[in-house]
Amino acid sequence: MKSGILAATAAALVFGAVTTAQAGPTLDAVKARGFVQCGVNAGLPGFGNPDSAGNWTGLDVDYCRAMAVALFNDPNKVKFTPLSAQQRFPAIQSGEVDLLSRNTTVTLTRDTSVGLNFAPVTYYDGQGFMVHKKLGVKSAKELNGATVCVQSGTTTELNLADYFRSNNMNYNPVVIESNDEVNAAFFAGRCDVLTTDASGLAGTRAGVAPVPDDYVILPEIISKEPLAPAVRHGDDQWFDIVKWVVYATIQAEESGINSKNVDEFVNSKNPEIQRLLGSSPGMGKALGLDEKWAYNVIKKMGNYGEIFDRNVGPKTPLKLERGLNALWTNGGLQYAMPVR
Amino acid sequence: MASETRDTRRGAAQGGMSFSLSDPTFRAIFYQILVVGIVVAVGWYLIANTLDNLSRRSIATGFGFLEREASFGIGESLIDYSPRDTYGRAFLVGVLNTLKVSILGIVLATVLGTVIGIARLSSNWLIAKLASVYVEIIRNIPPLLQLFFWYAIVTESMPPVRQALNPIPGVFLSQRGLFVPVPAADPVWKFMGIALALAVIVVIFVRRWAKDRQARTGQPFPTGWTTLGLLIGFPLIAYIGGGMPTALDVPELAGFNFRGGAVVSPEFFAILIGLTVYTAAFIAEVVRSGILAVNWGQTEAARALGLPSTETLRLVVLPQALRVIVPPLTSQYLNLAKNSSLALAIGYPDLVSIANTTLNQTGQAIEGVAMIMGTYLTISLGISIFMNWYNKRIALVER
Repeated sequence: MKSGILAATAAALVFGAVTTAQAGPTLDAVKARGFVQCGVNAGLPGFGNPDSAGNWTGLDVDYCRAMAVALFNDPNKVKFTPLSAQQRFPAIQSGEVDLLSRNTTVTLTRDTSVGLNFAPVTYYDGQGFMVHKKLGVKSAKELNGATVCVQSGTTTELNLADYFRSNNMNYNPVVIESNDEVNAAFFAGRCDVLTTDASGLAGTRAGVAPVPDDYVILPEIISKEPLAPAVRHGDDQWFDIVKWVVYATIQAEESGINSKNVDEFVNSKNPEIQRLLGSSPGMGKALGLDEKWAYNVIKKMGNYGEIFDRNVGPKTPLKLERGLNALWTNGGLQYAMPVR
Repeated sequence: MASETRDTRRGAAQGGMSFSLSDPTFRAIFYQILVVGIVVAVGWYLIANTLDNLSRRSIATGFGFLEREASFGIGESLIDYSPRDTYGRAFLVGVLNTLKVSILGIVLATVLGTVIGIARLSSNWLIAKLASVYVEIIRNIPPLLQLFFWYAIVTESMPPVRQALNPIPGVFLSQRGLFVPVPAADPVWKFMGIALALAVIVVIFVRRWAKDRQARTGQPFPTGWTTLGLLIGFPLIAYIGGGMPTALDVPELAGFNFRGGAVVSPEFFAILIGLTVYTAAFIAEVVRSGILAVNWGQTEAARALGLPSTETLRLVVLPQALRVIVPPLTSQYLNLAKNSSLALAIGYPDLVSIANTTLNQTGQAIEGVAMIMGTYLTISLGISIFMNWYNKRIALVER
């Protein structure tokens, strides 16, 4: 039972939190342990999903692996904890995972009273609606009185209520804990509408729908869902590392560095690139990492664009365009702080 | 116990308790205080440690969040609820939904369990075997899987809402649930409720009087028929007096769904049927064991005294069987109430589902889990107290 696991993680906060509270520097604990413990989605194609061979794949998963590369230069020195929407916060709060990389929306409450610190956004998403073509619905504004399937414990549930309220419409929610069961209920016809992040809808339509073309995603995006990795309060060094690993991948794309050509850039004359790749030392030391941290991440995991294309891009079943996730130089929002 | 009392007396005779571990009285008190002290210290340590950890990570604590606006929707509710209401009211909606499914589940499971328990003792080979098969299959499959099964039955096998089955005019059956017409709002329903309450009070007095009279004169009084007559008659008089309103609130297909009438949602149906069917298998065994526990000689003796068969069952067999049935039956009721938390998996908005959403939005997992545990404890203790009272009432009084 899921709530049992939830109770157990809450219990961990009551009983076992002593050790994690005292082991302030997460970096030391992770290095001593030899792997990063990463909380991911149990089954969201493109973000966190085990493939048919049982290997974890996805954009969120790749950022867990990028952390393992930055620390150990080995993308496999990471263990994944699949978490439901409800388990994720107790899991990161109690120290069960070092990093929560599970399509988690940045919000004020989560940043403060939930006790999280959010790294840079790895995917700018927004909540959308999917309906069966048969209904003939063209806009979310026509959904008055609809039955809506939604996963419990997500910002989705709140946005849904807000959207219908602000448009003076009624709806009937069917709130189910597991993503799989939500999808099953929707495709069986229990609900008129399925709502979640637009990327998730694309993944579900591509991977779960019996006939993908029978379903349409409505044009309205009703919320901002900036998805970012999160760490718990109280360890600034660990927070910095997560933050700059994400920035490094974005900066690499901006500088035109990718996993294939990174070796050509090692001897680059550009001082910015020298600092990023560790040719001129200092950045790694400042983070408490090897000077080659960013070089390793780019070499093993690729830059942001490669990670995006590999997991959710136009050539994957999700077929997502870069959109807001394009670099700022291309009219998107992805912008890395200067590495200096 | 006896030796302890003797020791105490000896201690007192020797001039009070001595403060030495070799003194049995002092030793007993000392260890009890020690145990209580350790429990309190561990509890205090855990609470202090938790609060310390939470504040160190600047995670909010306390129950202040119950006053804040919940801003999430709930699918079905016994009281008025909108996303504008507070987390506290949302939680209350969850508690009421849990109570609704628990109470209905307990009633239905008792009826079904009793029927199957008796069927298993039937002299009809087919009926007895069918009952055995039911018990052995149902009680050996995890309840969560059974819930998924019932939920899938409704959502997969029922027609879409626009092709809803319409077996009786006004009744619609589809993937969205069972929609039935209900009498339209009218003040007469309130008066009928009051009349029913009055009838119950009168019935209690009549029964007491009848029992008294039988004890005094030996004259039996047909209390069963009187009770039935009063319970039906009083509300009926109110209904006729109120002008016999016949307007119905009939469900109609409007937009995406039916409007009006009353609805049994697929989620509620699945959790209710799932819990009933599962628990009934256990109750059947409890009932069977209770009946088998009464010696056949008791029935023969009652017949020898000239009691008719209904009286034999009511006055001789049942009181003795219930003595065996009630304690394990209580456990089954408690199991049913607790298993209702599985509702989360199929989307019935019970208290765990709503509390989970709440603690996820607020991040206050410890308070949320404490509230869930506190509520289940209260419900379970309530069932226990009621069943213990009932058990005491029906217990055999030896004269």
